Amino acid sequence: MESLTENSKSGFAFGGSRESLTRRDALWLAAGLGLSFALPGLDLRAAETRGGERPKSLITLWMAGGPSQLETFDPHPGPRIGGQTKAIDTKLAGLQVSHLLPQTAEQVHEMCVIRSMVSKEGDHERGTYLVKTGYRPDPTLIHPSLGAIVAHELPVAGVEIPRHISIMNSQWPSRGGFLGDDYDAFKILDPRQNLQNMKAKVDEERQIRRLNDLDVVERTFRNRRRIQSDATLHQETVRRALTMMTSEQLNAFKVENEPAEVRAAYGDTPFGTGCLIARRLVETGVRAVEVTLEGFDTHAKNFPGHVTNCAILDPAFAALIHDLKQRDLFESTVLLWIGEFGRTPAINPLGGRDHWPTGFSCVIGGGGFKSGLVIGETDPEGKKADPADPIEIYDLYATILKTLGVAYNKELTTPIGRPMALCRGKPIGRLLV
Amino acid sequence: MSPFRHLTKLLPLVVVCAVATIVAMAARSPLPPAARLPEVGVEVSDLKPAVARVDAELAARWKAANIAPAGEAPELQILRRLSLALQGTIPSLEEIRQFESDDRPDRLEHWTRRILADKRFADYFAERLARGLVGKEDGQFVIYRRGRFIDWLSEQLRENTPHDEMVRRMISESGLWTGNPAVNFVTAAINEGDVDENKLAGKTVRAFLGQRIDCAQCHDHPFEHWKQQDFEGLAAFYGQVQQSIVGVEDRPVRDGKAVEYEIEDRKTLETRVVPCGVPFHPEWLPEEGSRRARLAQWITNPANRRFERAIANRVWGLLFGRPYDEPVDDLADPDDEKQDLLDVLGKDFREHNCDLRRLIQVVAGSVAFRRASEFELPADSSRSFGEELAALKAAEGSWAVFPLIRLRPEQVIGSIFQSSSMQTADQNSHWVFRVLRLAQGGQFVREYGDLGENELQDRGGTIPQRLLMMNGELASGPSGGVNPFATLIASTWRIAAMASTDESCVETVYLVCLTRRPTGEELSHFAEQLKGKQKSERQKIVEDLVWTLFNSTEFSWNH
Repeated sequence: MESLTENSKSGFAFGGSRESLTRRDALWLAAGLGLSFALPGLDLRAAETRGGERPKSLITLWMAGGPSQLETFDPHPGPRIGGQTKAIDTKLAGLQVSHLLPQTAEQVHEMCVIRSMVSKEGDHERGTYLVKTGYRPDPTLIHPSLGAIVAHELPVAGVEIPRHISIMNSQWPSRGGFLGDDYDAFKILDPRQNLQNMKAKVDEERQIRRLNDLDVVERTFRNRRRIQSDATLHQETVRRALTMMTSEQLNAFKVENEPAEVRAAYGDTPFGTGCLIARRLVETGVRAVEVTLEGFDTHAKNFPGHVTNCAILDPAFAALIHDLKQRDLFESTVLLWIGEFGRTPAINPLGGRDHWPTGFSCVIGGGGFKSGLVIGETDPEGKKADPADPIEIYDLYATILKTLGVAYNKELTTPIGRPMALCRGKPIGRLLV
Repeated sequence: MSPFRHLTKLLPLVVVCAVATIVAMAARSPLPPAARLPEVGVEVSDLKPAVARVDAELAARWKAANIAPAGEAPELQILRRLSLALQGTIPSLEEIRQFESDDRPDRLEHWTRRILADKRFADYFAERLARGLVGKEDGQFVIYRRGRFIDWLSEQLRENTPHDEMVRRMISESGLWTGNPAVNFVTAAINEGDVDENKLAGKTVRAFLGQRIDCAQCHDHPFEHWKQQDFEGLAAFYGQVQQSIVGVEDRPVRDGKAVEYEIEDRKTLETRVVPCGVPFHPEWLPEEGSRRARLAQWITNPANRRFERAIANRVWGLLFGRPYDEPVDDLADPDDEKQDLLDVLGKDFREHNCDLRRLIQVVAGSVAFRRASEFELPADSSRSFGEELAALKAAEGSWAVFPLIRLRPEQVIGSIFQSSSMQTADQNSHWVFRVLRLAQGGQFVREYGDLGENELQDRGGTIPQRLLMMNGELASGPSGGVNPFATLIASTWRIAAMASTDESCVETVYLVCLTRRPTGEELSHFAEQLKGKQKSERQKIVEDLVWTLFNSTEFSWNH
């Protein structure tokens, strides 16, 4: 069993840089920040590596609010529960999807569709917690999200930008939990605004003086507050911000470097841009990226709500699958589409659908998953709550962790001394190649 | 042509001159001594027995856990804590001077009473309380006015309305969201004319009883005794709420038929009627009154310990930045055998007519609020960082050392504004809120990251925050307004120009930004930089000093 507290002492979700002494290093060494660049850096060829040779990453498309399975990957057209949604064919014999996703329908055969996800939480916050971590909320500790586990367990040297990134506004972005706040997702609220506040406002000489001065002030505060002060990670965060400010890897955020047709394929929306950035980040070596699309909590006017949201989702999702295949990144990138739960088969008097944590859909693929597998079935009449062949979140996550090369059942000693497995599930063998 | 027309044209100029004169006069006038500032709340001498009971409870806890509490924090540090918790900013230079000139004993207790009399307290504390009641979202604009609700809360705080009365009004108020602002507690859960009884039931129990039953909406609570039936029974109390042009009302009968609360069964998908019901002590429920009025009486019943424990825990959380029991709205059921600190605070609160001011004074006067934030274990090289952290957490967990808590975004921006003005920001206006409503303030809060409803969860700082504080420039939007960083730079010019010596210049910047004087090492380090420097060079050094202090751990964390 690995002791987490030991591990977290040095295990930041950040790598060092291999470059020998650059102007930047000189700046900081002068500023007494004692940054260590002795760590082995990112092998430049690693960024160029393709196919199965590449270290694996995870992209999660998070559908906040709970997308309706009936309007996405599990349509049941008909008067009782179908609403206005029609079903269209895909390249897979046994799979039809909603007519709101025509472009995704062309690509989804590369992925697996699970129509029988089950959860025990019907509240947004608790449901999000369960689906992001694989554990039910526990008052005594906070479990790390899947992305945080991946960043923690699969360190990559040489990545100067955060290894766990959340794109778009999200009410409950993925967290490091007991792995530590430094595994929290780095939040990019608006992917189209580019990165803000990345340049120092003063010249180099003054910047050096400022950083030197900061050392003096920090020393005073840390004196007799050593443990608490270190636990705030404030100074570490300052260092990381400085690293990031001068990193060439920031180019990953510059979608203007992409050909116009690629940008157009993802759709001219913040979410589409976010998906494109996610691909670029994965290429740079970022381990886990989550892109959030909000607005699925359609208690009223479910169908128009899904028309709007699917118009954003469809080109982006389809383009991402296609692009990962094109660039030979599909084998090394697990792509997950999921939300905190699904929506009720019954349509309420407001034309809405309510929360439905039993029998909702998820799409998973890439990174060692099979292509074209369809699992589970829900009642076309919406009478039976429980789907055929139910799949638990934690089993899905054990499968994802396994294919990423993480010992999914490894136990860590949490800061409160309680041993906790990274994931309590068992891999679903039939999903993997 | 009327001569008045010229006067009308000149009016804006006249107003500007008048304001400028008043400001200048205020700046020059000597400070009123602290003893003459208005104070409200419980008299300092009357407070002592209650504080002593809290202190005894804490002392017993430390003794049982064999923990040696930290020493007493410096007074200015406690002043900073009080200002941040109750007014949302650090104290101004003016306030620091006033406080230090007060030679009465118990001057911190007097200062607490002074803050409670300040309108900034009512406005800020109302906003903080509102987070737990209606969240931070603006909701459906036409029927829900968050701003009106906060103004109402603020008014209740100024009038010191008993808390149980406030709560009863929130649960059971009828009428329009504008005329009867308490009703916004209910309208916040109305979506397109549809009343979300589930949300109201969950929120009522979370906000007023400090417990979570939301998960019982779908299934029985995994840890406590809440059953799905309990949840539905509570939701039924909101089952007769109707929204119409006269606002919110309870309609027991509609079209000649009794209005019942009906839900669709999640398993069978069939509709069934759910009667009102409470999960425990049905005898607290009065026979008479509207459904909501009865629920309100049950919640606030003097024997309902959950009620006072919940508010004691929340007020503790708002003062320390961390509730006594975490999370703030998931308290265990009260223990019939044992009493803890929340019961001690709660009992005092109940015995004094649910007086929120008194509760704040007792918590702020307690031995825990005055502990230093310094904590150092005896040197032992064999201990791992994890073991040290565990020892610290044990001390912090029992309140033997003041916890380091990250400042909330509005506290950070409020403090930047406060530092940039030196004088106390207008005591008679909604100052902090004007700032927050400014485009820049709002932008800052968004970029810094608002924790929303979950504001009492302990979180670390983030890289974007550091980038914003180090490199941020909140440009003046089209609406104009104040740019805090520009104002700040202007004020550093004033500091640089006003100070008589290099040392007093450094000291002033430290007091303005960190509410403390520099240590000897710091003083000599910065005074050395200023030595012999003139004009713009001097200003740059002062500017860099302010930057440095703002980017320190000390500035961004309450300590």
